[in-house]
Amino acid sequence: MDFKDYYATLGVSREASADEIKRAYRKLARKYHPDVSKESDAEARFKELGEAYEVLKDPEKRTAYDQLGANWKAGQEFRPPPGAGARGFRYSSGGSPGGGPGGGEQFGEFSDFFETLFGRGGQAGDMGGGGPRGAQGFHFRQAGPSRGEDQQARVQISLEDAFRGASRTLELRAPDGGRRSIRVAIPRGVTEGQRIRLAGQGLPGFNGGPAGDLFLEVTFEPHPLFEAEGRNLLLTLPVTPWEAALGATLGVPTLGGRVDLKIPAGSQSGRRLRLKGRGLPGSPVGDQIVTLRIDTPPADSPEARGVYEEMRSKLPFNPRKDMGG
Amino acid sequence: MTRDEMNVLMGQLLDESLELEFEEFCRVCHASEAFVVELVAEGVIEPRGEERARWRFTGRSVRRTQVAIRLHQDLDVNLPGVALALDLLEEIQRLR
Repeated sequence: MDFKDYYATLGVSREASADEIKRAYRKLARKYHPDVSKESDAEARFKELGEAYEVLKDPEKRTAYDQLGANWKAGQEFRPPPGAGARGFRYSSGGSPGGGPGGGEQFGEFSDFFETLFGRGGQAGDMGGGGPRGAQGFHFRQAGPSRGEDQQARVQISLEDAFRGASRTLELRAPDGGRRSIRVAIPRGVTEGQRIRLAGQGLPGFNGGPAGDLFLEVTFEPHPLFEAEGRNLLLTLPVTPWEAALGATLGVPTLGGRVDLKIPAGSQSGRRLRLKGRGLPGSPVGDQIVTLRIDTPPADSPEARGVYEEMRSKLPFNPRKDMGG
Repeated sequence: MTRDEMNVLMGQLLDESLELEFEEFCRVCHASEAFVVELVAEGVIEPRGEERARWRFTGRSVRRTQVAIRLHQDLDVNLPGVALALDLLEEIQRLR
């Protein structure tokens, strides 16, 4: 088991006052809060911060932790000294059962190091007062039956799956540290960022209480052709100068198959055309928005150069006339 | 169990067409009724329906309430602060 340097985690000295510890925790908690932060390791960092603060904000736990001595380094192999650890430290648990928005005591999932020193009973939060909680979620623990914790997960699907509906097998963390698999239906027409609630698929309850829920957040895999904007699908369509100038009817890919799209004569690059109802299904159904991009053929042969030179001489066209050019 | 033998679980899509009654909403969000009433009073979430007995909450309200609880607990943000943070977080998400 690795030693945890809680002072280093919060970036404070061993002599830091309670106020300094609180300030440091609050500042870092804002930075790494998983609902706010875009740091890739935000959840893990937030969990570490919560654990460090849980110990250092509590004078009894802090004293017990300090008794280990100042010579330990973070990550160093740790064995609890005789007479301490292995739940040998005595302290009174904090928390305020029954208070706050959820009406129960909660605790986060702290490290083996923490549990060796303080036991699981050392984990206590305060739902109403801003105490830390493990970023992975929390349990409610009280005398009677209590509901298990909710779990959050992401599921990445293709746009085709969102268009047609699909199912996905997910590997989830089980309470014993193992893994469990479930197969989940992805509803047709789901959009990026939407969440799916699977009732009773979270972690098991306590003392006969019901299991928590599983919340899946849907994300889309990058698609080679389309981008999703809500239920609308965006496609950039390359066209030739003559198709744009003279107009044309072109076969355009949609998730439901190719459809004909009429390009009006005189179209310019960037023109947006709407294929109504060709986006993701739902209420209302999305559209496919096609943005034209005029690609010019290379002047890489005498014939091609000749055509361009003829255009230059015969077409009095200055696209920069509004710029004084 | 093979992939094909596994039961396919049907979830509840938390979108704007979803309508949860007050009690069910509190249960889904792990929130007390009093806390939800405070969120409504602060404008953090806006139920459909005038009287409390007729309140209906959408999937967006579930998300906002869950995040509100975490911000309130973890960062000790008061409810006006939670409301502001949620609006800014949604704006950032929209800009991305």
